[in-house]
Amino acid sequence: MMTADWLDVGRIDEIPVRGARTVQMPGGEEIAIFRTGDNRLFALVNRCPHKAGPLSQGIVHGHSVACPLHNWSIALATGEAQGEDKGCTPTVPVRVDAGRVLLCRATTLKVAA
Amino acid sequence: MDFQGFDKAEELAPDGAITADPRPHLVVVGNGMAGCRAVEELLARDPAGWRITIFGAEPHVNYNRIMLSPVLAGEKRFEDIIINGPAWYADNGIDLIAGDPVVAIDRAERIVRSRSGRAVRYDRLLIATGSDPFIIPVPGKDLPGVISFRDMQDVETMLAAADAGGDAVVIGGGLLGLEAAHGLSLRGMKVTVIHLMPTLMERQLDEAAGWLLKAALEARGQTILTGADTAEIYGEGKVEGVRLKDGRAIPASLVVMAVGIRPAVGLARAAGLAVGRGIQVDDHMVTSDPAILAVGECVEHDGQVYGLVAPLWEMCRALADGLTGRPTGYRGSFTSTKLKVSGIDVFSAGDFAGGAHAEDIVLRDASRGVYKRVVVADDKVIGAVLYGDTSDGSWYFDLMRKGEDISSFRDMLIFGQAFASGGGQADPKAAVAALSDDAEICDCNGVAKGKIVATIKAGACTLDAVRATCKASASCGSCTGLVETLLAVTLGDDYSGERTERTLCKCTSFTHDEVRRAIVERGFREIPQVMQELSWSTPDGCSSCRPALNYYLLCAWPGDYRDDQHSRFVNERMHANIQKDGTYSVVPRMWGGITTPKELRAIADVVEKYNAPMVKVTGGQRLDIFGIRKEDLPAVWADLNAAGMVSGHAYGKALRTVKTCVGSEWCRFGTQDSTGLGVQVERMTWGSWMPHKFKIAVSGCPRNCAEATIKDFGIVCVDSGYELHVGGNGGIKVRATDLLCKVATEQQALDYCAAFIQLYREEARYLERTAPWIERVGIDYVRARIVDDDVGREALTGRFLFSQSFSQDDPWAARAAGAERELHAPIGAFRPAAPLAIAAE
Repeated sequence: MMTADWLDVGRIDEIPVRGARTVQMPGGEEIAIFRTGDNRLFALVNRCPHKAGPLSQGIVHGHSVACPLHNWSIALATGEAQGEDKGCTPTVPVRVDAGRVLLCRATTLKVAA
Repeated sequence: MDFQGFDKAEELAPDGAITADPRPHLVVVGNGMAGCRAVEELLARDPAGWRITIFGAEPHVNYNRIMLSPVLAGEKRFEDIIINGPAWYADNGIDLIAGDPVVAIDRAERIVRSRSGRAVRYDRLLIATGSDPFIIPVPGKDLPGVISFRDMQDVETMLAAADAGGDAVVIGGGLLGLEAAHGLSLRGMKVTVIHLMPTLMERQLDEAAGWLLKAALEARGQTILTGADTAEIYGEGKVEGVRLKDGRAIPASLVVMAVGIRPAVGLARAAGLAVGRGIQVDDHMVTSDPAILAVGECVEHDGQVYGLVAPLWEMCRALADGLTGRPTGYRGSFTSTKLKVSGIDVFSAGDFAGGAHAEDIVLRDASRGVYKRVVVADDKVIGAVLYGDTSDGSWYFDLMRKGEDISSFRDMLIFGQAFASGGGQADPKAAVAALSDDAEICDCNGVAKGKIVATIKAGACTLDAVRATCKASASCGSCTGLVETLLAVTLGDDYSGERTERTLCKCTSFTHDEVRRAIVERGFREIPQVMQELSWSTPDGCSSCRPALNYYLLCAWPGDYRDDQHSRFVNERMHANIQKDGTYSVVPRMWGGITTPKELRAIADVVEKYNAPMVKVTGGQRLDIFGIRKEDLPAVWADLNAAGMVSGHAYGKALRTVKTCVGSEWCRFGTQDSTGLGVQVERMTWGSWMPHKFKIAVSGCPRNCAEATIKDFGIVCVDSGYELHVGGNGGIKVRATDLLCKVATEQQALDYCAAFIQLYREEARYLERTAPWIERVGIDYVRARIVDDDVGREALTGRFLFSQSFSQDDPWAARAAGAERELHAPIGAFRPAAPLAIAAE
């Protein structure tokens, strides 16, 4: 379902539970879409605020992901680094409609820009 | 044998021997939790003053009846729930007559008679017969396959039925019924719960919490029928199903009737004691006959009967105080309920039905599945229902019992103790310190704060000591954190710190070793199961515990456990090493460090084809290809596979490499074929997952060119055989190996190597290299297990080789063939030409 506000990027069951898939953007940036154990979806720019590690490759636990490079824990809802670490990754509004994963068009285009 | 009168009975001790014990004789009818607790309390006050005989209807020693649910669920074995084993009876000189219930009391002569005809005289009689399950009077209630859920025999019947598989119906959606349903469901039966009322556990829960509970149970695969009235149980010769009054028929090979319990008063009534709903007792648990006491679920005190375990502890205290001449009196109990269905936290206490003066304070957090309701009247807490987060249950319960005025912190009451008592920044220690002495900490074993503190003050200064001494936190473990806080609060600076051993991670209060032991002993098979059973504090763990649990399960159940990819660090999930730019490096296996022109050509081709910016010779004698994108990994592996190469596991907590020197085949100093042996060792050990990375080397002579003495396992060849070295490390902290032993043949070297690896796999903690592990357990321990114990070593070797039979599949080949493609491919891409169009796969 493609609308003026939302971009359809695939089916929710293409994203593994406690895992993530990426959407490649022009210019090389990626958006990582995470699916948590309780079946919530979150989308973030696939770049850790610390050293740009690919967050999509981290271990998803609760509503957080541990960056695969240095184990920073990033809150999926806000993109904020947790604990003592400071930094923030941009988030992208995401929702599910009839099993399709939809990304907010405006935010997605901003990431690509 | 017929009863023949007073004199005859006097002579007969329970075992038939003549006794001349001058002490007063306490005879206890009922070997359950109440009877034995009463005896424990009595012995604690007066260890030798009484001759004690206990009659039990069941052929068992005293066990914890409320833990039958975990036994049914397979979380515990019968041995685990024994409260007092045979030694307790023997040590205290108690005669236990198990499997022979008392059938009559002759009050005039002060004699009890058992079913088998025993006659025993008493000075004091204690009736602790508990309660009987209530059987609803429907047709078919006596069919084989219709049981209650009350004792070990019922559990055994259920387990046998579950082994045969099929459908089960549980009639009754109260505490007991739901625990039975949960257990049967875990045992593989398809379970339907039939409940007469519109919501589950309506006596303990309000509608909202009952609904949450129903939804949670349904999500676990149970069918819950509320408002369902049973018409009959049908079947020819054995149960075949249950028919409801609305006509629905539910097939079942097992029907568990759990609609309620009734005080077991038959014996007392026949003896002419005053009986209402239960055996009537005064504040000292004395019945209408001064020589007869009664305690537990069979009694009625001040018009109340109790069907829960908690009041027992207070009753038994009052009883023992009375018997030993320092009467304190029982004043009735407030009761609270916790459901022992793992992963579902439910707490209820007091009055929640509301009323004219009662006001509700409610907190809901739908995303966390939390519902809290505290009922307040006249500035006092009079009831509480908690679902999803029950951590403040004991605090609300305590406020309720004390009748404390809550007006000063009413606004924060619902957020829990830590918040209410400290404005959100409260010290959790202060919160625990503020609990009153009689606040129950361990529900499983009925241990209050005061007793734990006394135990600690009496010298139990570690968690294990507390568990061993007063049993607090020794059953389900969910109060471990509270007990540790009590240790800290009580001992102050003397507390040696949390625990000498740290917990596995912040999600649990158990250590690595405790978690591992639980996995093996209690047979946990999946990560969520471990988290539920051991009361993990997070929904699905964290990046520390998930990989550890995945490894522990993999090690415990080779061939059986299904690896959880999403509990693996990225490298083990991608089978390559992630680099700082997010690309990967790929290291194909080269057995013993030996390669061929064909392999080198294939590597060269891959480097060119995928534009790998660098190839490097590694410290472990392999070639490392850098800069491969995750999307290209399967194709790279396919090309390497085609040349006969498999994964080098340079990325894993696994056997990395076996480094060799050229040995006797070429070297003028070589004493043995170190290269050939290295290849054999690598063929045997590759693919095995370990607590941490594991490096091996084989040197052909003591010059040790392969640097075997800084490896996890090193073989140094000498003229007369092979020196085996263990626990070396060339990392942050260099550690030379310890010499394990010397062996004569290659085969011995291989066998000892396998045994050592398996010992490390089974006993080291996750992410513990061999060097710190050996420093922790000592080389003497390792020698004792590997060198001195031939049988043990062979068993270790056997377990390693068995485990290897499942792990020597090349993970690259599966991925190259298309397995788990989604790990490598993006879900889609936005192309620059048409940025608004999507190119999903």
